[in-house]
Amino acid sequence: MGEYFKELFGGTKSLVVGLGITIKHMVKPVVTLQYPHESLKMSARFRGHIELLGDEETGASKCVVCGMCQRACPSGCIALAGEKPEGAKKKVLTSYVLDFTKCSLCGQCVESCKFGAITFSKEYNLAGPRKEAYIFDLKKRLEERSG
Amino acid sequence: MSDLARSQNQETFVLNLGPQHPATHGVLRVKLTMDGEYIVEAEPVLGYIHRMHEKMGENRTWAQFMPNTARLDYLGALSYNHGYVKVVEQAMGIEVPERAEYIRVITVELNRIASHLLWFGAFVLDLGGFTPLLYAFDDREHILDLLESVTGARLTFCYFRFGGLYNDIDDDFVTGSRAFIKRLRKRMPDYHNLVTKNIILITRLKDIGILPGEMCRKYGATGPVLRGSGVDYDVRKNEPYSVYPELDFDVPVYSECDSMARYMVRMDEMEQSMRIIEQALDKLPAGPIMPEKVPKILKPEPGDYYSAVEAPRGTFGIRVVSDGTNKAYRLKLRSPTFSNLSLFGEASQGMLLADALALMGSLDLVIPEIDR
Repeated sequence: MGEYFKELFGGTKSLVVGLGITIKHMVKPVVTLQYPHESLKMSARFRGHIELLGDEETGASKCVVCGMCQRACPSGCIALAGEKPEGAKKKVLTSYVLDFTKCSLCGQCVESCKFGAITFSKEYNLAGPRKEAYIFDLKKRLEERSG
Repeated sequence: MSDLARSQNQETFVLNLGPQHPATHGVLRVKLTMDGEYIVEAEPVLGYIHRMHEKMGENRTWAQFMPNTARLDYLGALSYNHGYVKVVEQAMGIEVPERAEYIRVITVELNRIASHLLWFGAFVLDLGGFTPLLYAFDDREHILDLLESVTGARLTFCYFRFGGLYNDIDDDFVTGSRAFIKRLRKRMPDYHNLVTKNIILITRLKDIGILPGEMCRKYGATGPVLRGSGVDYDVRKNEPYSVYPELDFDVPVYSECDSMARYMVRMDEMEQSMRIIEQALDKLPAGPIMPEKVPKILKPEPGDYYSAVEAPRGTFGIRVVSDGTNKAYRLKLRSPTFSNLSLFGEASQGMLLADALALMGSLDLVIPEIDR
């Protein structure tokens, strides 16, 4: 009988203490974010998918088509091509395609680039109905951005 | 084993737990032979999320394998990352600057707290308590924000490099970490009052799921599972690496061998991790985060290398065999949860199904790390 009342008392105490903590948290300010009505700003170092960077003056890509990013990529998601116009010293980028379906966002491409031609985007709201929506033509995106 | 389970005349039936079951936290399948509510035999079936990580290690350059380490155990990614860079540094003879070592310890310990917080929430959720999960996630969110600000990712960090780090930490990170520890110290009593001292939790865990130290040794269980069985073994103390010898911390050991002991080990470990982080932040030296010269293309001397770290779930060992080329000849990963799960079959015999699920929760399983 004594054991029974001891358990009853212990159980009630647990319940009251637990409820006390819950009530304490209930009146505290809300910690969740009302996504999608609000969304977070990503931190400066956030690793999104890659994006080509343009030259500040001309707006053309800084890429010299050395292919280091392509070789560094563990998943083989980067395909790029370039050509050397007559009379020019450096190669010029003709296409830069990122297959984001395979990308694991490790950032080895950005690290391997010695020319600062690629950077991480801050995009994270990515959703699409088709696989093709994730084959990004980065050169085209750069041209669109620089207008 | 109970008399009911032992009797041969009783009719038994097979129950599939998983591969899609909330209590198995992923795609683990356990084939249970049941006698009513009692387990006669339990057989974990693995392979549902096998991704050939070891083979991938043989087909990629040393640096290219780095992102894979975060995909083994997505909750303690930094420890695995640390294990891998450590073995390659050992093979290459690369010296790591002191500042980098301290930052490694700080981030790994933050990651350990995050991992234990998630386990805490999920474990109590398995037992039927929903609220603690939300509080634990609230705290964990602060760690993820901190780690995101330095590594750029929230789970698959990939932060360490051969010889050092990807990024240096800034003052915001240091003050943020200190503020977080202050916050968690205030929250821990809430956790203990709400969960640890709760009579339902105590009745469900105390003296249930006994794993004797001998059984742990037999199956090679490590980490909090082993320390909950009274064996004082922690790689950070027993085979010290990085700057752990310079930091003062205790290894919590409980000798009750039950689910409650394993619970208490992890709760105490969070406190110890906080102590480690505080000391490391105080001692944090200035200096470079990468050595001056790290070869661009890594070609370790032919040989056999092994290194282990203490991951949140136990000893993570990694063995690489190099044949002198830019890829590993063989890469073997010894993941702690695989061994920790192996004892489930023997330990759960004769247990009630609900108690076996509590035992499984106390093992802190992460399935992608079992299958690799």
